[in-house]
Parts: sequence; C-alpha cells; structure tokens
Amino acid sequence: MAKKRLREFIASVLHWFVLVFFTVLLAFPFYWMLITAFKQNLDLYTVENNPFIFNAKPTLEHLRLLLYETRYVRWLGNTVFVGVLVVSITLLLAVPAAYALARLTGRWGQRLGIGIFLTYLVPPTLLFIPLSRVVSALGLQDTLWSLVLVYPSFTVPFSIWLLMGFFKAIPKELEDAAMVDGLTRFGAFVKMVIPISVSGILTVVIFTFTLVTQEFVYALTFISSESNQMVGVGIPIFLVRGDVYFWGSLMAACLITSLPIALLYNIFLDRFIAGFTVGAVK
Amino acid sequence: MPVVETRNLTKVFKEGQLGAINDVNLETREGEFLVFLGPSGSGKTTLLRMIAGLEEPTAGEILIGGRVVNDLSPRERRIAMVFQSYALYPHLTVYNNIAFPLKAQNVKKELHKEKVEWAASLLGIGALLQRKPRELSGGERQRVALARAIVREPSVFLLDEPLSNLDAKLRASAREELELFHRRVGTTTIYVTHDQVEAMAMGDRVVVLDQGVVRQIGKPREVYDEPADTFVATFLGSPPMNLVEMGDVIVGFRPEHFRVAETIGDSAKVTFDLHVENVEYLGAEYILSGSLAGRRVDGKKVIARLLLGQSFEIGTTHQFAVPEHHLKFFDRSTGKRIEPRALEWQ
Amino acid sequence: MAVRRAKIKSMGAAQDPALGTAMFAPAALYILLLIGVPFFLAMYYAFSDARIGNTELHFVGLENFRSILQSPSFRSAVKNSIVFTLASQIIVIICSTILSTALENKFRGRGAIRYLILLPWVAPIALGAIAWKWILDSIYSVITWVLVWLHVFKPYGAPMWLGEPHLAMASVILVHCWRLIPFSTVIMLAGQTAIPKEIPEAAAIDGAGFWRTLFQIKIPMMTSIISVAVLFGTIFTFTDMTVVYILTAGGPYDSTQTLPSLAFATGIQGSDLAAGAAISLFLVPVLVVIAYLMLRVAHRAEAT
Repeated sequence: MAKKRLREFIASVLHWFVLVFFTVLLAFPFYWMLITAFKQNLDLYTVENNPFIFNAKPTLEHLRLLLYETRYVRWLGNTVFVGVLVVSITLLLAVPAAYALARLTGRWGQRLGIGIFLTYLVPPTLLFIPLSRVVSALGLQDTLWSLVLVYPSFTVPFSIWLLMGFFKAIPKELEDAAMVDGLTRFGAFVKMVIPISVSGILTVVIFTFTLVTQEFVYALTFISSESNQMVGVGIPIFLVRGDVYFWGSLMAACLITSLPIALLYNIFLDRFIAGFTVGAVK
Repeated sequence: MPVVETRNLTKVFKEGQLGAINDVNLETREGEFLVFLGPSGSGKTTLLRMIAGLEEPTAGEILIGGRVVNDLSPRERRIAMVFQSYALYPHLTVYNNIAFPLKAQNVKKELHKEKVEWAASLLGIGALLQRKPRELSGGERQRVALARAIVREPSVFLLDEPLSNLDAKLRASAREELELFHRRVGTTTIYVTHDQVEAMAMGDRVVVLDQGVVRQIGKPREVYDEPADTFVATFLGSPPMNLVEMGDVIVGFRPEHFRVAETIGDSAKVTFDLHVENVEYLGAEYILSGSLAGRRVDGKKVIARLLLGQSFEIGTTHQFAVPEHHLKFFDRSTGKRIEPRALEWQ
Repeated sequence: MAVRRAKIKSMGAAQDPALGTAMFAPAALYILLLIGVPFFLAMYYAFSDARIGNTELHFVGLENFRSILQSPSFRSAVKNSIVFTLASQIIVIICSTILSTALENKFRGRGAIRYLILLPWVAPIALGAIAWKWILDSIYSVITWVLVWLHVFKPYGAPMWLGEPHLAMASVILVHCWRLIPFSTVIMLAGQTAIPKEIPEAAAIDGAGFWRTLFQIKIPMMTSIISVAVLFGTIFTFTDMTVVYILTAGGPYDSTQTLPSLAFATGIQGSDLAAGAAISLFLVPVLVVIAYLMLRVAHRAEAT
C-alpha cells in the first residue's frame, strides 16, 4: 500500500519538476521583457542591483519613448498594411488551388500537392539574393510593395497545404447534392464549400498574418529606410543609436508585438499541427 | 477458492452522479467461462477494467487468487487481457508481440523461443510469426492477441468484446475458435459482451448488468428460462419477451411460447385473441406482430414466433394461447419476479 | 427529367481537369515565378560577377566557387552550420520527448502552461533573439548576476557570453533550441495522442513499466512523427540567418558565422551578389536530402 503511494508521489514530483523547468526556460525571456520594459534606466544599468525586483519605482518612460519618439507605431502600420494585402493575395491564390488539388485533379493532384510541399522547402536565405536584384530591377527597392510581391511565395504553399487537408475532410456528398440542385461545380464551390470552410480559411488568415510578422530576411534585404520598415526588423535594427541599445524600449516593443500574436496562434494551434503532420500521422 | 472475486465494488466517475458500477458482488468458479452481459453504459467494461487494474474502484475490494489486489498495478496481478481492438504492437512482428510479455516480466531469454512457439502452435499461427500485424486478417489478429495473452500462463483471461470488430460472417467462426480454445486451455475467463446470443452460446454462467447493478447471475438456461426481473427477461431472447400489464402485475411470455391455441392441445393454457398487424417471413420462421383483443388486455402489442406451415393475413384475428407453465409474473412497481398468480384474463 | 439524369451522370466523373487546372493555375504560375525563377537566377548569378548597384553581368565560370571554397570563413561557416544544426536537433528531440510526455495527461493548468511554452515559437524570430541578446549582455546579463550571486564567479569575473567563441556558439545553439522546443513538443504531443489508448494499457498488463513502455512501444510507434519534427527542425535551423545576425552578427571573429548568415554578409552587406549566391547554393544539397527523406516518411505513412 505504502509502496504504491510513494511511487505515485515521486512520479508527480518529477512531473512537476519537468514542467516547471521547461516553462521557466521557455517563458522566462518574456517575463524578462516585461520587467525590463518598466524599469528605470538607472535601475537597469546598475550592475549590483537585484535584477528581479524593482529597486526604483517602475516607469512608463520606455513605453513613452517607444510610442512617441520612435517609428514603432509606423512599423506596426506598415506591418498591418503588408499583412492585409498578403493575406488577401494568399487567399485568392491558395483557396481555389487547394480545392482543385483536393477534388478535381485525381492522381495528378497528389503529385502536384507534393510539388507544392517541396517549394515550401526552398528557403528565403537561398532566394533573397536573386530576388533583391529582381526587386530593384522592378523599381520596388525600399518600398513595402516589394514585400507584398514576394511574401506570398512562402505563405501560398503553406496555405494550400493546410487547406487541402481541410477540403479533403469535407464530404463530397455536399457538393454533389448542390449540383443535383442545379449549381455548377464552381458554383457549388463558391456557395457551399467556402461558407463551410470559414474556420479553415480563418486559420489560414491567422497563420499567414503571423508568417508576415515573423519574416526577417526579405524585409531586411529589400527595405533600407527606417520609416518603411516592418516591425519584426525595425525593432532589433532601429531601436539602436550607434552602439547604444535602448533596451527598455526594445523589450517593451518585443512584448507588445509578441503577445497578441501568441494569443491568436494558440487559438488555432490544433489545426496548425494537423497541417504539419497530415502526411505522417495516419 | 474463487479465482476472481469482487466485494461491494463501486465506481463513481463524477461526484453526486449515479455510479458506473454499484455495489457489485461476484465470484468466478475455477476454469469457468463467465460472461458479463449488458447494454452499453451498463458498466460491464468498467467492471472488467477494474479487475484488470486499469481503473481504480471508488469503494469495495477486488480479489484475485484470494489476495486483495486493489493496490496492485496491472502487471502485478498476473492477468491477461484481450482488447476490443486487440491492441497488437504494430511495429513488432507477431513473434515479438507474443514475446513482449516475457521480455517485460524478465523471463530468461533462452526460454522465449520455446514459450512463443508453444503459444503459437496452440493457436495455429506458427506460420505467421514473422509477419507484422497490419498484414493479418481480423481472425488472425485475434489469435495473435490470444497467443500473447496465454504465453504468460496467467490465472485469468479478461476479454473485452473481442468479436465486435469482426464482420458478421467472421464472428461465428471466431466465436467457435474461442470456445475451442477455452476448452483446450481451461483457464478461468471473463468475457464482456452486449450480444446476448454470444453470452448464451459461450458462457458457463452469465452476469447480467444494467446501469452498474447486477440483475442476475446464473447459467444461460437459468437467465433465459427463469429471469429475475423484467430487464433480464427482455434483454435475453430475440425478439424479446412479451410483457403485458395486468393490474399490479406484469405477465410475461416468450414469442416462441405464444402459439395458435389449437396446437397446444389440452394442457393448461391461457387464451388471447390476436389481431394480426404485421407478418415477417424470415425463412426458418415467421414473426407475427399484432395487438391483443379483449377487455382487460385490449390493444397490448405482442409478438409471436411460429415455424413454417402457417400463413396469416394482416387484419385478421385468431385465437392464440400460452401454456400456463410458461407464464412469468413480475411485480409491476419493482419489475422483480414473483410467484405465479391466478388472474382474470379477460 | 433527361437533363437531370444527364447532370447526375456527369457528376459521377468526379474529376474535372479543365476547371481544376484553371483554379490551380494562378497559384502555380505565381510560385513558378517567385520561387522557380529566382532559384535558377541564383545559380546563374553564382557563375557571374554580379554586384549590387552594377547592372552589368559577366560570366566568370567557377571563379566564385573557387574563391569561396578556399576562404577560411566559408569553411568555418560550413562547419558551424552543421554543428549548430546537429547539436540543436539532438537537444530539441530529447527535450521535446520529455516535455511532451509530461504534457500528455490532462492536469489543472495544462492550457496555461501550453500557452507559455509556445511563446518562443510564436514570437517573431528576431524579437526572441534580441531578448536573448539582452539576457546574455556582456555587462548586464541576468544570468551573470545570478551566477555572481551564487558565488560561482567574482563580480565582473563572469565570461562574456556572446564575446567568447565557444560560448557564443553555445548561445546560438541555445537560442535555436529555445525556439524549436515548443514546435517539436507540440508535434510530438500530436504523435502521442495518436497512439490508441489500448496499446499502453496492453503493455501495462503485459508487465511493462513506464520506461519500457516509453522506449519500446511508444517511441517506436512515433518514428514518422519524430522524423517530421526533426526534418522540419533541421530546415529551420540550417537555413536560418536571423538568430546569428542579431545575436552575434557572425562574430566573434566569424566563429558563429553560418552559411546563410555568411551569404547575407557577403552578398548584401559586402555587395558581392555573385559570391553570396554561390554560398547560399551550398544549402541546396542538404535541402534535397531532407526533401527526399520527407517524401519517404510520407510514403511510408501512406502504406500503413
């Protein structure tokens, strides 16, 4: 009797230890962002002070600096601008393509699906050099339009992949019934399949948007001026004057930018996983 | 000494709600094939899983081989279980599936081959040893699951509806194989099913469960011919027993005992007029359904099972009867079986 | 009536290649133009003398390849890319197996912990990297403070986490792992929940304890999921330039330079597009191998 209780006790201690260890390791930097963002500079830059507590009163100065004296707000605007456009383009291209692959093209559809998947494996760090030349040849250097043009190249393959799985799960009978009732196949697609797929489409919207905010290489390469930059690049590059990092404002910016994305992501997590594992888990 | 015994066994999943298992007392007899029978939700699988050690009881005791095992993990109980899906390890060959329990119990490596081959030959799967589970048919998988169960020579087998995943045709032959297997090996077996035909065919004794409570324990003949309450009476037998309310008593008679009055001859019988509403011809028999006519029993729906030779028109009325000794009487409020009573039938 | 019947008949042919092609074509065209064309352009530039700001282009044969293969910073970049990727993957797989096992069963607070654990993956890469840069700062690092407080180091005696070559490499690996553990854990969790409940129960009844069940039953059953996690993780680490760029900019003394970050430094910062393209092409062999392995995993999963 006692042996069993002891076994259970040790198991749950180990269990909690593992959880606490990893949660601290993974979430600590965000806690650190939070503290740094509100600490006065003289507290922050005194080596002897205990960094885990507020030795001086917390301050909103870094926040003020960030919002009023840097281009942060403008970067947010730029990011939203690019995000909305890229999401629209992605939906326009990916939704019909995913449907076509899921329903209409048979054996070829499978092969093309694999082809799409393979393009996702071609990284920006391979394409950024030739694309930089293309962008400047088109005169889009240092404009947000360069990003609007290039970003769908990684959002579209992933979205097609996500949506393909989603469409395949919708029973064919629904479209067949619509067609018996007089709709063409395309009409059935627009009037029946899309309304049902709202949650899948919403997932694609969220993930496309997060991919846009996370991107670094293209934005760094194509955009040079501070006011045209995106938030993911602007924060680490431009919140620096010479060699001096404005850590307080930097951390505030990181925090404000990361948390909403995390919230959105979490809500749609399960579908995201399905997208990655659809081939491997049967 | 009974191999498996439960005392006042109770399992409550949610506080305040009715338990999945309520105060169950039973014991197995050495070498018997004991069936837990009941509809889904009756708690039969929960009961089995508690005996296996996969669920913890809320109250009560479980004894195996005379020892209280409540605090023992499944591996310490020395039982074997066959799951509904067979739960074969998909990445291991048949040989390694069967050998796994030996490995896990640290049996000497030299003995593995001998024991695996013994178990395999017992079930006739010697030729399949190098295959993987996904290459096997449903019947073959059942045999592998049984081989894996028997290789450890446990004191009791627990089987959780192993036939329900097989298609109808396969089920009959798989059932026969199980019966032969049990006869050959003789280990005490507890078998869970919702199929009363399986229970009647295979069981030495049947435990009839409903909503976590044992309604009756007895040999198949006992639960069929002498049901303890209306639940057992209607659960066993297909089509189910006819139940007719008469005052504070429910009278029951099985469809096969409800025949044309003339054919019963002179023995004591109770007659009813049957208004035929539907006739189903099943090849080996007819199923007649209709309603009784008469002052006291008017409109009550009943079913009759008749052999070949009769054909009835829908809408006609005929005189049917039940031999008196086949009538069962139940108390209307409790549903429990009571002594026969004299009643005014019309 | 006849029209209806005809319509129903045509429905039976579920394929409609014409419509399918039309719906698929825009996306296909776009991908071809923005991935296919640049891909070949990269190869073209690698054999040229392209520079930023110079519109002329001459063919120079294998000149770029010859010079980068001789350059020591290229050779160390290759080594670093391989070391960082391998080390991260090994650490990530071990950690995510442990963590996903701990998260498998429901417990109070699991949702909150899941949210916290995911943060490194969902935050933009650059922001996570710069937060670590602050945490590892040479003077104000909180890690330094804790170690000094524990008397492991004398005040001002702690090493510069990003300033010494081996520590800098370890820091880069740390940040990569930090980013990937959530991703990997979530995928492994999906793999664990895909195992039917009855199998670990059968193992328990057969006599297997926790560790035997984990290593001999569960993990082998998850090999294709683990492969997916490893393959994606490898791509994310191997082709990433952001962490290195922000954390160390390749320093100190090129000790943390990787292929992608070197390509960026050479091609964009150094304006030598051709050399940059040539360097980035060395990513291709690894990507091809990974693509092949991924297809194998998908194919094998299809067969079972």
